[in-house]
Amino acid sequence: MQLAKEVKYLIHKEVLLEWRSKYTINGVLLYVVSTIFTCYLSFVSLGDKLTWNALFWIIMLFASINGVSKSFLQETKGQQLYSYVLASPAAVLISKTVYNTLLMLVLTTIALGFYTLVFDSFTPPDLLLYYVAVIMGSISFSTVFTMVSAIASKAGNGGMLMAILSFPIIIPVLILLIKLAKNAVDGLPWENSYDEIGMLLVVNVLTVATSLLLFPYLWRD
Amino acid sequence: MNKTWWKILGSVLVIYTAIAGLLLGVPRLPILNETIRNLYFHVPMWFAMIVLFSISVFYSVKSLSTKSEIDDIKAVESVNTGIIFGLLGLVTGAFWAKYTWGQFWSFDPKQNFAAISVLLYFAYLILRNAIDEEQKRAKISAIYNIFAFPMMVVLLFVLPRLKDSLHPGNGGNPGFNSYDLDSRMRMVFYPACLGWILIGYWVYTIRFRLRSLENKQQHH
Repeated sequence: MQLAKEVKYLIHKEVLLEWRSKYTINGVLLYVVSTIFTCYLSFVSLGDKLTWNALFWIIMLFASINGVSKSFLQETKGQQLYSYVLASPAAVLISKTVYNTLLMLVLTTIALGFYTLVFDSFTPPDLLLYYVAVIMGSISFSTVFTMVSAIASKAGNGGMLMAILSFPIIIPVLILLIKLAKNAVDGLPWENSYDEIGMLLVVNVLTVATSLLLFPYLWRD
Repeated sequence: MNKTWWKILGSVLVIYTAIAGLLLGVPRLPILNETIRNLYFHVPMWFAMIVLFSISVFYSVKSLSTKSEIDDIKAVESVNTGIIFGLLGLVTGAFWAKYTWGQFWSFDPKQNFAAISVLLYFAYLILRNAIDEEQKRAKISAIYNIFAFPMMVVLLFVLPRLKDSLHPGNGGNPGFNSYDLDSRMRMVFYPACLGWILIGYWVYTIRFRLRSLENKQQHH
């Protein structure tokens, strides 16, 4: 159980580093809150509940790109070498993904709360299903963006490359998420959403499996 | 002759489908009318594209373990050729849609997903341009190519089935299968697919040879 130990240690390291500076979480939180506020000011009255849903996922998409891309892009050469010596590549990838998922869960929960507070007239009737969609979204965004940010950081061309590489990959996931969330907004029974939830799980398993296979090649310089 | 028979076969098949596709009889269906002939020219583009992208993934996997420059060139040239077939598929589809749906682009799920999967490969090419060092470029772009391939499969084969689409072969629309059962169309459609796949592969081998000659010249 060497791997589990390494993963636990690395997650602990990530959380500790974040706790000391609180840079990413506060930064992205402020980003989300100010974006929602800007949207509120510019829309004032939102047309319908579909716009409400789409707007939420667009805000989430950009917030998570900013939040998750930090994971590899921000690290210095020295920090990468440090984890390279200490742990196996699989442990590094898993720990980053798990940490990013935790980060995104905290973030999206707060964002959803604030969003429903600001645009309260469109709060979905089935808030629990909507929250399931949000959780699935956090997981999917972090699995995809963690690997893409690793690729972008190795290519050494930060921000723009991250957006170009991740958008075509995230769009299928985003389509599924918006569909699932729309089911919740429309208040459909849960049976109608099992297809989407299942597909999202399959896509995530696929993404994590390919990432685990490919990351060792990327990690070695 | 050993090496050229498939090139001759490909050319003969494509010439045959171009002539037979326009002249032979087709079933008379409402709305579709004569546009049904587009099946011979539109669908084989996607087959050729999928085959070329699969070749590219194969060589990307291979180049990760061999680290050879040749495998990397093969991967990128098959993407270059595949993108051309993807664009041709979009264009032929758009022209067909103009005459049956009324618009070139009506944001049908199949159109959108096909366009997004072409974007995926443009992103691959841009990633290649962003890295200067050759070995690093080969490695990182191979990784992205392999990572993106399952997503393209989801985009082209899984998601359209979850969505309502006007595209033939989806839901209750007059489908791909119902034309396929017509034996007159089958006589042209299958040769067209094989012919265009062979032509696509031929274009790719030419591009590969050109590129490797250029590289050789640069190294001297």
